[in-house]
Amino acid sequence: MSIAVETDDELPVEGDYNFAYLDEQTKRMIRRAILKGIAIPGYQVPFAAREMPMPYGWGTGGVQVTAAILGKDDCLKMIDQGSDDTTNAVSLRSFFEKTAGIRTTYETSEATVIQTRHRIPEKPLTEDQVLVFQVPIPEPLRFLEPRETETRKMHALEDYGLMHVKLYEDIARNGHIATTYAYPVKVNDRYVMDPSPTPKFDNPKIDRMAALQLYGAGREKRIYAVPPYTEVKSLDFEDYPFEIQKFDKPCGLCGAENVYLDEVILDDRGGRMFVCSDSDHCEERRADGHLGPMAADPAAADIAGPTGKETAR
Amino acid sequence: MTSRDRNEPLLQVRNVTRYYGERIGCSNVSFDLWPGEVLAIVGESGSGKTTLLNCLSTRLAPTTGAIEYRMRDGAMRNLYQLGEAERRLLMRTDWGFVHQNAADGLRMNVSAGANVGERLMAVGERHYGNIRTSANDWLGRVEIAGDRIDDDPRSFSGGMRQRLQIARNLVTHPRLVFMDEPTGGLDVSVQARLLDLLRRLVADLGLSVVIVTHDLAVARLLSHRLMVMRQGDVIETGLTDQVLDDPREPYTQLLVSSILQV
Ligand SMILES: Nc1ncnc2c1ncn2[C@@H]1O[C@H](COP(=O)(O)OP(=O)(O)O)[C@@H](O)[C@H]1O
Ligand SMILES: [Mg+2]
Ligand SMILES: [Zn+2]
Repeated sequence: MSIAVETDDELPVEGDYNFAYLDEQTKRMIRRAILKGIAIPGYQVPFAAREMPMPYGWGTGGVQVTAAILGKDDCLKMIDQGSDDTTNAVSLRSFFEKTAGIRTTYETSEATVIQTRHRIPEKPLTEDQVLVFQVPIPEPLRFLEPRETETRKMHALEDYGLMHVKLYEDIARNGHIATTYAYPVKVNDRYVMDPSPTPKFDNPKIDRMAALQLYGAGREKRIYAVPPYTEVKSLDFEDYPFEIQKFDKPCGLCGAENVYLDEVILDDRGGRMFVCSDSDHCEERRADGHLGPMAADPAAADIAGPTGKETAR
Repeated sequence: MTSRDRNEPLLQVRNVTRYYGERIGCSNVSFDLWPGEVLAIVGESGSGKTTLLNCLSTRLAPTTGAIEYRMRDGAMRNLYQLGEAERRLLMRTDWGFVHQNAADGLRMNVSAGANVGERLMAVGERHYGNIRTSANDWLGRVEIAGDRIDDDPRSFSGGMRQRLQIARNLVTHPRLVFMDEPTGGLDVSVQARLLDLLRRLVADLGLSVVIVTHDLAVARLLSHRLMVMRQGDVIETGLTDQVLDDPREPYTQLLVSSILQV
């Protein structure tokens, strides 16, 4: 069984792939896992993950989820560490350009499917979008309980005391909850979930997000989901409430506040600045005329790259 | 009037038998345990003590027989008909289990404070300051210095680990504690200190205890009542002092005269 891939001259399809690489039977199997995940928010659904033509660390779980949900009219955005042009993002994007012949974009608002690792776009997502996460380790209980049979039982019984043991240790050793990435959450007041290696800064975004969130772990063969507008609560203590990272400066390039910033080294004399980790967000703001305190610095100009919006289309 | 006259039994054990394939682990054991009572199960190695203890504590299903427990609401429940969630709740609130090997009963890679606080967190305590205060309190009660609260048990001596295990179990104020050779493998002086502590805690808290030991001195010091096992059978039972001072069975006489004691 195969679906003919419509191509035009600009979008040559390499080799003899089925649309989006996976065969239809595999996609159906993955879709069933996704539907089950949506029906039980935060629950890790096992699925028969396929070998993909890339190493596991490259996000094969996310790729399989994306492949299973893509349609010919979709427009895909691929981000890694908030950026659309790291090696990882570039090769995964070109993988889908080649195997599915679909449109791709750098622009958050233009995308219908966004596959990511580490970041959620700063621009709020809508009901018409799906956010696909590449997940390395889906099991939030794994660090203290190595036995899979036991972690499954703990989920089944909602037996989550261990999660707070971890947070207790954090406070005892650091004076505050020092977990900054993969910060555990409780979904829909039921399942404890690892929101993949995103910074905790993004946790509030997954709470009641308008877009559907799908999480795929290739090596561990798990899919889980957070349906639109689902309550997602970050675990904490009454006297040590959950807090996101705060940055005391705005983005050096676009002046944005209340966004997640990456530190960038400018020269070998200790020069540095903080810039939006979401590069599309930063570019769009600069294109709209927003300027940060470092925007005029010649060293910063290199990092900012060419002005004006580019899309990968 | 003693407490046992006033109350109904806490644990009712009827004809409990456990086979390992063809081999008998323990055979046809029946007894009642009363609130506040300390029962010692003694016998030489391989006599079935651990098998029985594990059956009682729902860690090992008996091949036949029934074990009923009086829940906090007063109702008698068959332990092997509890749901898994109920059973877990029981084990981490109303019961304790002290292992001979502390590493089996502790989380060796988290701090002493977290070891003590874990049960509280498991039953929903979400105030760090309160958990910390309880952990501090319990470390003090088992004679562990407060400044060790953030150290993990790998840095603790054998005696300290055992005391930490006890604190970890008692923090939820259980009514029944199972112990399997809690002083085994410790130096004699360390054993004596632990026994003292156990005796005091058991009396202060009015705990019911089922303790397995091959050491009759431990049984003498801690228990009210004694059950002697041999090859899976309970061959003699009675008040501890009576059994030890005036054993009826020839096998018990041998045990007491320490011919069989290691
Ligand atoms: N897991 C097991 N598999 C097979 N036989 C066992 C097992 N555990 C204990 N036994 C046997 O059951 C009998 C009672 O053992 P156990 O309850 O450990 O005695 P004790 O604790 O008094 O030393 C012994 O014959 C022992 O070899
Ligand atoms: Mg034993
Ligand atoms: Zn910016």
